[in-house]
Amino acid sequence: MVAQNIFFGIIAAAMVLSAIRVVTTKNVVHAALYLVLVLAGVAAQFILVGAEFTGVTQVLVYIGAVIVLFLFGIMLTRARIGQEMDVDNERRWIAGLTAVLLFAVMTFALVDAFEDTDIEANAALAPQTTQAVSDSIFRDYLIPFEAVSFLLLAALIGAIVVARRE
Amino acid sequence: MLAAEAGAATSAGWFLENAWLFPAVPFVSFLLILFFGKKMPKKGAEVGIAALSIVFAAALAAGVQWIQHVNDAESAHSTEETHSTEETHAEEGATTEEGHSEEGATTEEESHDEGALAVGGGRSAVLGPVLAVPMAEEGEAHASVPPVVTEWISDWWTVGGIDFQVGTFVDGQAVMMLFVVGLISLLVHIYSTDYVHGDIRYTHFFAFLSLFTASMLLLVLANNLVMFITAWELVGVCSFSLIGHWWEEQNNSNAALKAFLTNRVGDMGLLIGMITLFFTAGGGRTFNIYDINVAAASGTVSQTALTVAALCLLAAVMSKSGQFFLHTWLPDAMAGPTPVSALIHAATMVVAGVYMIARLFPVFFEGMSIAGGSINAVALIGALTTMVGGSLAFVQRDIKKVLAYSTVSQLGYMVMALGVGAWTAAMFHLMTHAFFKACLFLGSGSVSHACNHSFDMKTDMGGLRKYMPKTHATFLVATLALAGFPLMSGFWSKDEILAGTGGFGLSEKANGNYQLMLVMGLITGGMTAAYMTRCYWLTFMGEWRGANSPNAHHGAHGHDDAHATAAAHGPAEHDTVAGGHVSGHDAHDAHDVHDAHGAHGGLPHESGPRITTPLIILAALAFVATFANIPGQFNFVPEGWRLRFEHYVEPKGEYFPTISHAEFSPIIAIISLIVAAVAAGAAVAYYRRAEAEDPMATELANGPTSKGGLPALGYKVLANKFYLDWLYTDVIVGFVKGPLARAANWFNQNVLDGIVNGTATVFKRTAGFTYTVLDQQVVDGVVRGSGIGASETGGLLRRMQNGRVQGYAALMFAAAAVLAGVFVLAV
Amino acid sequence: MWLNQFLVLGAVLFCIGVYGVLARRNGVMVLMSIELILNAVNINLVAFGAFHQTPAGQVFALFVIAVAAAEVGVGLALVLLIYRNRSSIDLESVDLLKG
Repeated sequence: MVAQNIFFGIIAAAMVLSAIRVVTTKNVVHAALYLVLVLAGVAAQFILVGAEFTGVTQVLVYIGAVIVLFLFGIMLTRARIGQEMDVDNERRWIAGLTAVLLFAVMTFALVDAFEDTDIEANAALAPQTTQAVSDSIFRDYLIPFEAVSFLLLAALIGAIVVARRE
Repeated sequence: MLAAEAGAATSAGWFLENAWLFPAVPFVSFLLILFFGKKMPKKGAEVGIAALSIVFAAALAAGVQWIQHVNDAESAHSTEETHSTEETHAEEGATTEEGHSEEGATTEEESHDEGALAVGGGRSAVLGPVLAVPMAEEGEAHASVPPVVTEWISDWWTVGGIDFQVGTFVDGQAVMMLFVVGLISLLVHIYSTDYVHGDIRYTHFFAFLSLFTASMLLLVLANNLVMFITAWELVGVCSFSLIGHWWEEQNNSNAALKAFLTNRVGDMGLLIGMITLFFTAGGGRTFNIYDINVAAASGTVSQTALTVAALCLLAAVMSKSGQFFLHTWLPDAMAGPTPVSALIHAATMVVAGVYMIARLFPVFFEGMSIAGGSINAVALIGALTTMVGGSLAFVQRDIKKVLAYSTVSQLGYMVMALGVGAWTAAMFHLMTHAFFKACLFLGSGSVSHACNHSFDMKTDMGGLRKYMPKTHATFLVATLALAGFPLMSGFWSKDEILAGTGGFGLSEKANGNYQLMLVMGLITGGMTAAYMTRCYWLTFMGEWRGANSPNAHHGAHGHDDAHATAAAHGPAEHDTVAGGHVSGHDAHDAHDVHDAHGAHGGLPHESGPRITTPLIILAALAFVATFANIPGQFNFVPEGWRLRFEHYVEPKGEYFPTISHAEFSPIIAIISLIVAAVAAGAAVAYYRRAEAEDPMATELANGPTSKGGLPALGYKVLANKFYLDWLYTDVIVGFVKGPLARAANWFNQNVLDGIVNGTATVFKRTAGFTYTVLDQQVVDGVVRGSGIGASETGGLLRRMQNGRVQGYAALMFAAAAVLAGVFVLAV
Repeated sequence: MWLNQFLVLGAVLFCIGVYGVLARRNGVMVLMSIELILNAVNINLVAFGAFHQTPAGQVFALFVIAVAAAEVGVGLALVLLIYRNRSSIDLESVDLLKG
């Protein structure tokens, strides 16, 4: 499992750095591209824990669709491509403090609660197969699934209503 | 219905067990009207009327079945004891049924009602646990009658091991309300087809009438508090929507908002009271009304918890049932169409609060220590309300407002009755009041229909008895009932309440010794007689003032406040309208939805049959309801006729406290009669003198208020509604907006900023100190950061309300983080 | 691998996302930060799903992905609307809540 840990470390480091760049860069398009790195890292982590279907979905939906949507948003709002001044508001220090405080509390709670519990403690790291996931969705979680599809429909209509020109 | 009854031999009755039908039918009707109403030939009204007819018929069937249920429970009980009483009931019941079925069509409903109240049953099926509860004061044993509790879904929703249920709780009280709500809603539907005919939102109106009925029936039948509060809020929403039916006018939409927001205040009480009961009653963690009642009645719940719960629930009652000092929304709610006022603000919705006290009576009975007391919060609030409402009704020019304040006053009566433990009297009054107040409201609508849609008694009415004989007769009957004229239903129910106070030992077997309540109740009885006489006189006696009144040219302004009316229609406006011809369509076209008024030539006219028929039915009920609860010691009346209401409506069983029933007291009856007669006589004398001076006068030219001094001051206070609205809008809100906000601002500017700036200065000094000492490259950024952070904190504190969502989000996140930290460290 | 590896990674991403939501002036950038937060949650869900040997974690991660897609759609529509009304997506200029 050493190799897995090494990979985890590399991917995690890349993700954290990219995430920090997402929230600090002055260039909106760069932020979107850094976000791609983070999302790809998340997909990689999913595959690392054996959640391959979710990982693939992550790539398809996030990198394939959401990022494109963001780029369209950037284009339609005619953001300046390139450096921008004042991308952060004057409360960035408060925001930073809040984030650090949150992080301290969460990390403390997590370390306190799980210490060095192994993720394979319950069983060998058998991947949660796509079959298991789909069985679960269409058997146990059918109604939430339908609710989500309805939500997507509502969001679709809502987005059109909100954004269309009169 | 017949098949259902046939199959009901072994169960409690099909309609009682399938009571979900009651709210479901009008709800379906609501959906149908909402989606398809406009395409229907009658614009949706027919669906509403059909649905309500079903509800009403089913309510009658449920009434019959409930009576059988009670009789079954008793016969099962009396087989062990003796059956002489029971046989009498059965025989009398049969006689009553036949006698009434021969009556005319107008009292058909009543015959059902009376039949329902007296049908005997020879069934011997054993229904659940039948317990004998000895009623010492009655000297005989009463069978316990289990309510019919049905759970449609026993675990609709489970959180933390608690099942939230959906179900119905049917007992005599609920069946009585089903009957009242079903009947009045049906009559109001019929009435409305004429009254709001041609309205721009005709379909919408009927849709919401249906939804309102559905919510009210759900409230009546709820078997747990979650359902109860849901229905309670639904009723409020419907009320909001119907008050603001003509929202184009600012006044109306303001009134709707006021009703809604005032109710919010009390709803918080309901929520807190409900949560208190959830955690304390019924072995803890239950919303089930039956369990809560059993627990509260058995005395296993701590007195403190019950008192807290009862006080919180009382706040809800105060807002919903228009009790003093949250009653201010109710008169304003008259901005809605008149049928709505009759349905919601007289007969059904506003009694939701009263119904809640009655439903959770053990909580109030134990929590307020009603038995043996001489004063408690419920009784006091009720007594104050009844006097406040009664006194304010005197100074209104608007006939609907008189009735609205009268409603406030009568609701106060009911709450007072519950507060003194006279449960049956309160419920009886609820029923009789529903009949005659609905009749009065619908009558006032009929009158206004004839008088160019004005509700102003002084300028546009008078002498209408000649023009509107049917409306006049029914209005008179209902007025007499409200004023407590002997032998009318209002007389009996009012008298039962007064006897129930047990003040001064004038009545026997009361629950306590509530002297103050008796006095206030008597005074209000007098006031009621007087203001109703005034209202009746100004509307129906004397000469018609509408033709000569300049206001008549202006058509509808009845929805305005009475005082605003005079100001809005100043002399300048009058000059611009020519001739004696009534032009009902000016500034208020939105209201003037009825047939053209020009054709009437200015003279009032009787309303059509769809308006008068409901009036006649209600007036008949206002009289016939008398027989529902004839006092127990009237020996000349056969046994099976006496105290039928008490017998069938009052719960018997472990979920209801053992209350004592005051006996009819001739002394109190005579005193209240004298008070009412003197008051009414004084009012008549006053208006006779005024009429003698000038046939067109509405007040005595040199009356008491014209001389200044105390009477004028009193009039001023009353005309300003005890300055309550002024207190709410100007003093309280003004204080929060003005001085308090300024004080907070000053505190911000001087104290907080001082602290913050001081902190920042200290940080900067420290920064300057370390700058010279420590490594500039490493620490510099951090130090400057904390310096800036501190001053940023200052900026945040000072400009916390800067309208930027991210600022609020930052506060929220930080607070959540701190709280989470506290939990993590503490747990 | 420790469970905490994933959980702490999620916490880091979450906090970075919170910082972004609070500190960015550009509406689109705020939406991106929200994506960071949602992804942090997903990592936790999947990690716990693996830990407890249940597909529920993944199922809910998928639900979150679907909801996030809807959220981005509506969010960008709102940003567009703000842009159209104010010719700017600077959130500092959106202060109608000001008391």
